[in-house]
Amino acid sequence: MPNPYHVVVCASVVPDPLQTLEPVTGPSGPALKNEMMLPAILDPWASHALYEGANLVKHIAGSKLWLMSMAPKAKLQQVMMTVAQKVPLQLVAVDGPSSGFADAHQTAHALAAAIRAIAGIDLSRLLLFGGWESASRSAGVTLQLIGEELGIVDQFQGVDAITPQEDGSFEVLERVEGARHQVSLCAGPPAVLGWATGNLGEPRNDPQVGMANMRTIMPALQRATAASISSDGLQYSNVATPKQQRQTRIVKDLPAEDIAREIVQWIKQE
Amino acid sequence: MDTILFLAQTEEDGTLGKPALEALGAAVELNQALSGTLVAALYGAKVQPAADAIANCGASRFLAVAGEDFASARYATDAAACEALLRAAQATLVITAATSRSSRVMAGVTHRVGGCVDTHVSAIAADSGSVTLTRWFYRQRIEASLTRTQRPWVLLLDPGAHAAWQGQGASGPITPELITVPVTESMKRTAVRGTITPPADQQTIRPDAKLLFVAGAGWTKKQKDGQTHVPEAEALIVDFLHKSKASLGSSKSLVELTGENQSALRFMSHLNQVGQTGATPRHPKGLSTCCHGEEPHTVGWRFIGERRAINLDPNCGWARGKADVLYVADAFEVMSKVNALLGS
Repeated sequence: MPNPYHVVVCASVVPDPLQTLEPVTGPSGPALKNEMMLPAILDPWASHALYEGANLVKHIAGSKLWLMSMAPKAKLQQVMMTVAQKVPLQLVAVDGPSSGFADAHQTAHALAAAIRAIAGIDLSRLLLFGGWESASRSAGVTLQLIGEELGIVDQFQGVDAITPQEDGSFEVLERVEGARHQVSLCAGPPAVLGWATGNLGEPRNDPQVGMANMRTIMPALQRATAASISSDGLQYSNVATPKQQRQTRIVKDLPAEDIAREIVQWIKQE
Repeated sequence: MDTILFLAQTEEDGTLGKPALEALGAAVELNQALSGTLVAALYGAKVQPAADAIANCGASRFLAVAGEDFASARYATDAAACEALLRAAQATLVITAATSRSSRVMAGVTHRVGGCVDTHVSAIAADSGSVTLTRWFYRQRIEASLTRTQRPWVLLLDPGAHAAWQGQGASGPITPELITVPVTESMKRTAVRGTITPPADQQTIRPDAKLLFVAGAGWTKKQKDGQTHVPEAEALIVDFLHKSKASLGSSKSLVELTGENQSALRFMSHLNQVGQTGATPRHPKGLSTCCHGEEPHTVGWRFIGERRAINLDPNCGWARGKADVLYVADAFEVMSKVNALLGS
């Protein structure tokens, strides 16, 4: 079987998608109203990367998995209460902003430094995982930038599958236009994989995994290095939630035939 | 004075795709607004057909990286080609289409040239020499305009966000300046083997369709007779897609049923998923069926023009201002009548 992987999953903390978001202007630029009070979750696409990474590590002996996240410590601790019950992991915490308005370049720089500082990591075995876009900045650039900082030139985005081969190489399926997957064969790590949804469902909460993880998560949170992210040269204007409310016409008690006729007429209208 | 670089990869036949022509339209417009210098740069296996087609776009220089090593969408070689083109153009502003190929590499390229990047740009404006872009944050829930002082500034324009450049090709051939990019063995550690394409009759995602048809998990639930009717649901949806030429979207819950091997629609995959962890397609119209219209799904409807929904629940999310019309009805009955009318 292939040589072991050192998988680092970069995942941000984002507001629960069911929350209403309202932008406000803070001392360092735009922010969300009551940002620290909003219930948060681990970024959804990055969560898929975490589940795929854990699955890979489980099947390849000697592999290791780290979850790296930059967020305010209190927020990260809250999110980890749930995430810790999903898969065995080692947390690497970076105490910094998780705002979608924070600059991706500086965020990537801080995360790359934190990866280099992980005790026992072999960067030649590194598979850098994450979501192909976050649910906050939604830019899809942070992983690429970290990869470049670490000198990794085999990068994949919109990944739905990784299949290790006997010779240490691995096959990757990436989403491309037209509902297709591009198939690539990479000689081996190091590589960057920005995940789409993958193929695994969300693991059930396992309290035993949670208890084992929490033994290392709390010290990791206490050790979290502080990252300062400035907005040099970046200036926002007109940060707003566009009015999306429509005047919904609710049609009840109309026979199916009449509804169908109305829909067909609407579809055919230019 | 700004140097605006239009950067694009060519298709297999050496031409430019529609997203690239849209980016060119934006670059030409920005160049006029800034009274700058426009440079066009192309990379791919073949570039001559594309260069000829855009010869009259107003570019003062045409640059290219061409050859079989640049045919595939591979990070290492694409990044090297784009880096070389940016350096040769000495661009201050770079506009390229947010295709999967360019989205994979452009952030890395900006890191190499000491620039900055913004993706999913939906609009670019220039006022008094200052460039401002507009993009979405928090999965299409907050819109913001921003400007940067750092250069070069690379902008990836979302497909469908700008009109395509409509100019005519040159009357004679144009010869781009070819930039040589050495390709080392270490840049070939990844080999692109091709693409997996769904069979034509299962190709349900149609980005150019006028209508997005979304199926929710309700199609697989027990109906009025206490039974599920998944085969009938499949037949109705396939028939509708065939007759309407609509693009098929899905809620997260429905595609996850498929992944869990529960009774679900066989042609549905995560690629169809619309919403928080799915796509945000652009279509003039959208019709939702058997889907509750909750926020994590409807954020994927941001760029759908007219919206209608069919749902048995009059208090579903669509009723709360997310659709223009909500039909409180049985989607099985309505869609079978719709199919009959479309077939007549």
